Amino acid sequence: MKLTLKIWRQKNATAKGSMQTYPIDGIDGDMSFLEMLDVLNTELIEKGEEPVVFDHDCREGICGACSLQINGEPHGPDRLVTTCQLHMRKFNDGDTIVIEPFRAKAFPVIKDLMVDRSAFDRIQQAGGYISVNTSGNTIDANAIPVEKEDADAAFNAATCIGCGACVAACKNASAMLFTSAKVSQYALLPQGRVEATRRVLNMVEQMDKEGFGNCTNTGACEVECPKGISLENIARMNREYLTASFKG
Amino acid sequence: MSVQDSKLPKGPLAEKWTKHKNEINLVNPANKRNIDVIVVGTGLAGGSAAATLAELGYNVKTFCYQDSPRRAHSIAAQGGINAAKNYQGDGDSTYRLFYDTIKGGDYRSREENVYRLAEVSANIIDQCVAQGVPFAREYGGLLDNRSFGGVLVSRTFYAKGQTGQQLLLGAYSAMNRQINRGKIQSYNRHEMLDLVVVGGKARGIIARDLVTGEIERHSAHAVVIATGGYGNVFFLSTNAMGSNVTASWKIHKRGAYFANPCYTQIHPTCIPVSGDHQSKLTLMSESLRNDGRIWVPKKKEDAIAIREGKKKPTELSEEERDYYLERRYPSFGNLVPRDVASRAAKERCDAGFGVNKTGEAVYLDFSSAIMRYGKEQAAIQKIENPSEEVIRGFGEKVVENKYGNLFQMYEKIVDENPYKTPMMIYPAVHYTMGGIWVDYNLQTTIPGCYAAGEANFSDHGANRLGASALMQGLADGYFVLPYTIGDYLSHDIRTGAISTDLPEFEEAEKNVRNQLEKLINNNGTKSVDHFHKRLGKIMWNQVGMARNEKGLTAAIAEIKSLREEFYKEVRVPGEMNEMNPELEKAMRVADFLELGELFAKDALHRNESCGGHFREEYQTEEGEALRDDENFMYVAAWEYKGEPSDAVLHKEHLEYDNIEVKTRSYK
Amino acid sequence: MGNFLAIAHLRRKFAIQNFEKKTIMGINSSSIARKVAMALSGLFLVFFLAQHFTINLTSVFSPDTFNEWSHFMGTNRLVQALLQPILIFGVIFHFVMGFILEIKNRNARNVKYASYKGGANASWASRNMIISGIVVLAFLVLHFIDFWIPEINTKYIVGDMSGMHDGEFRYYHELQEKFVSPLRVGAYVLAFALLALHLWHGFASSFQSVGFNNKYSKALTKFAKVYAIVIPLGFIFIALFHHLNHNH
Repeated sequence: MKLTLKIWRQKNATAKGSMQTYPIDGIDGDMSFLEMLDVLNTELIEKGEEPVVFDHDCREGICGACSLQINGEPHGPDRLVTTCQLHMRKFNDGDTIVIEPFRAKAFPVIKDLMVDRSAFDRIQQAGGYISVNTSGNTIDANAIPVEKEDADAAFNAATCIGCGACVAACKNASAMLFTSAKVSQYALLPQGRVEATRRVLNMVEQMDKEGFGNCTNTGACEVECPKGISLENIARMNREYLTASFKG
Repeated sequence: MSVQDSKLPKGPLAEKWTKHKNEINLVNPANKRNIDVIVVGTGLAGGSAAATLAELGYNVKTFCYQDSPRRAHSIAAQGGINAAKNYQGDGDSTYRLFYDTIKGGDYRSREENVYRLAEVSANIIDQCVAQGVPFAREYGGLLDNRSFGGVLVSRTFYAKGQTGQQLLLGAYSAMNRQINRGKIQSYNRHEMLDLVVVGGKARGIIARDLVTGEIERHSAHAVVIATGGYGNVFFLSTNAMGSNVTASWKIHKRGAYFANPCYTQIHPTCIPVSGDHQSKLTLMSESLRNDGRIWVPKKKEDAIAIREGKKKPTELSEEERDYYLERRYPSFGNLVPRDVASRAAKERCDAGFGVNKTGEAVYLDFSSAIMRYGKEQAAIQKIENPSEEVIRGFGEKVVENKYGNLFQMYEKIVDENPYKTPMMIYPAVHYTMGGIWVDYNLQTTIPGCYAAGEANFSDHGANRLGASALMQGLADGYFVLPYTIGDYLSHDIRTGAISTDLPEFEEAEKNVRNQLEKLINNNGTKSVDHFHKRLGKIMWNQVGMARNEKGLTAAIAEIKSLREEFYKEVRVPGEMNEMNPELEKAMRVADFLELGELFAKDALHRNESCGGHFREEYQTEEGEALRDDENFMYVAAWEYKGEPSDAVLHKEHLEYDNIEVKTRSYK
Repeated sequence: MGNFLAIAHLRRKFAIQNFEKKTIMGINSSSIARKVAMALSGLFLVFFLAQHFTINLTSVFSPDTFNEWSHFMGTNRLVQALLQPILIFGVIFHFVMGFILEIKNRNARNVKYASYKGGANASWASRNMIISGIVVLAFLVLHFIDFWIPEINTKYIVGDMSGMHDGEFRYYHELQEKFVSPLRVGAYVLAFALLALHLWHGFASSFQSVGFNNKYSKALTKFAKVYAIVIPLGFIFIALFHHLNHNH
């Protein structure tokens, strides 16, 4: 396959960036998108140019490090995959591919396609946990039965990988899907109910502080989420938030 | 030469850990506030250790190269976590988990450590459930279990195929709680590049801020290394791209012994390599072997026809298939331990029965399971004489419920529907049992420097059982290290803050700067990956699944010369004082190029086959591993002396008082 | 003493924080509060629209009923003194809030994408509420000039509360007058088409905003979508009906 890549290059956080064009040849359909970028980078290094910087780590779709806005969609045109699991067979010979960093005020660019997603960590730090000591002096794991449906729903919410595709896809750069996934996971489990009020208020407060936009229910996040996190979680968070506000 | 004191407690096995905990020194809560601990690596072991230490009152600094602790590679563990809960009432017990682990490890691990691991395993599950980890449950609301390779009970707790993710996010949430309380300062996108030893004790680290490139000094009263394994020395492995040996190697260079580097786990169920462009391998959880049956064609002609695309696997009748694991190991069948399953796959492929283009793949087939589950479901739903179509439909649903995400992942990568046509799998490097030598307290040979999780060598012997890595990481982090480190720190309550202006910090920082400058200023022509790939090829071909004296001797020489070439020819673009992933890689590969040689040296010296270490010279007539307990029942701990070839061997002899040492058999 | 002051200071700080938390429903305090406020004011307007439609519809088959109801609405004290200000407040609130949200959301992505495929993951209606909203707003201005201002003038400035003109109720006649101009009818049709789009997303997703997403949501969403089509179509029908009838 022969392709034309248009890639955002930006030296560092303060530098001005721009789109650069790179032709590339010899791309195989079995390659992952990131392996295609590896090929480009090897060429650049051998030519004495600086390789394109992008975040990646596990390359099996679970760590959430890889990002990239590919042809106007986070993680590219395929559904339920991260960029590292997106394969080049989804593209055609001669295609032009536009590659940009995830864009949001709360995700400033570090270099090229790499952005700073620490805002997500701070949202979790504001309350994304159950305050139980880790020394193991707790009750038996089976002491509190949990309805299977609730356990499964909690699990589904908990599969969020924190990649930020929801923010990148949202026209408002809203982080509601991410935040609500964590709020939901704990809200659905008896262990998490105890701190539910404080948790949702604090996490939403932090989310707002980080400068994410408001949710306008477009549903783009759900469509683009590589893990298929459901919009139901946002509704649940709204509900939790309203209840918490009246209690608060 | 014998190794240093392993600090193994005396007394009956089952009481050792309790007795040890009762006897070690504690630090008073008020004093903990004056003690700093550095934790490098924030996976299951590091994350849980950091959270627990902070909760106890120590001031903790964590370091990880990822942009968030949540991305540590523990997150990729799929299948589950073992615990001797005996919820299924199938006869499980602490002893049985201990026994299975020692046997699975081919009698090359410490009884005391393994028993402790089995003992605290049950507690891990309680802990994680309390933290909100959403394990799979049955309709009655209680926790569900599945079984894993090498055992005869169902003791594996799981969260679909994402158990590692859920456990890591649990540890991450515990960390977040402490970060919010100000007890943990987390340094993300930071990489440790040296250990600072002051007066013989670990007193800090030198780290590079990967965003700004700044070199930083951090002091502490103790340093915990929890940076995982070194499988990436093979270039292609199931490890994350960034997984590296650097932290472990740096402490090794500062005096920590490196134990059993040659014990590597080759996981039998990975997606086969598709071409030269491949950057990493993807694991398919071992849990698939619960329901999947592994086979190759019985006749070579069929294998060849399949490779050439002239035949489809589904066209082969039952009689034309060789379910070789079921044939060779009737009692464990498809659930033999990983090392056995991997070697068996290699044996078939080497004999010419491989099924993909490269001839390096075997089938993992779910059709029997789909039909079996389908019939069950049809019976439950009271459907009389269901058609095959209906049964298949039901069966696929059940299989999807159990392994849906794995099947989806397979389809995305291979572009074939595994519900309809059998999956292709081949072994790949997955885990390293070897690692930094630690005593019973998880302390390395450097006082004040600890190693936890995959980074240490302690619990799995020569082969790790499935679902035991998560168990060990969390056991070390939540329940072992936080106690044992207190024994050491109790002597430090009057030390006060440690200055980073000490000459030792100066020296270490200079050392790091020199290495970075050397690489960045090298005027070579080849990329870092070029060398990493070549190293990987040497390792896989000569130090991989089957090793022999000739190959190992050659590998040692080749790695040495590759290392020299690397320093002459490598090109690292960009600058030091900026985000520079190529520079990060170069630093890591430089360490792999040293470790690789020690790895081969260790494999060469161990004249026996055990667990993941298979020497072709030492096998039974049936091709099973042949141990030499008389001469090699010891841990090989290597001391750094300059070049890897100069490393000095220290032996820690293993004693088995509570278990009869036998030839491992899964027949 | 110093300690005492410090404690007093802390207490005060906590009290303030608590107060802030307590008034979290204060409209602009959080993204979720804004979202809920938007949904509730929207739902209120949806309800008003149904009522308005019902009255207008009577004009098609019974000018007398239309006149009577119009007179009642126009002169009833409760309607005029209480409901009318609430409605006006609702309308203004919904618009002002909409603009605030739009500005905040635009700011949440300070660097725009070079390529953004919004259509791949969200409907046009959901992404362009501001456009449909502005068109509806423009229409409302026209509507105010056409009906409301003359009405207020007649009733409260001139002081004629009779609702009569030349011996009969004036409402029906006035209505007919307005639909003579094809230009105005055209604007009317356009505005209602965009209102349909606005409702298509807004009405259905308001349930999600207030936290309602469960097994009944599907049916409710369907109802909302039917409503979004039927009511604006109805208004258009009424306009066309009078336009065509008058020409005869």
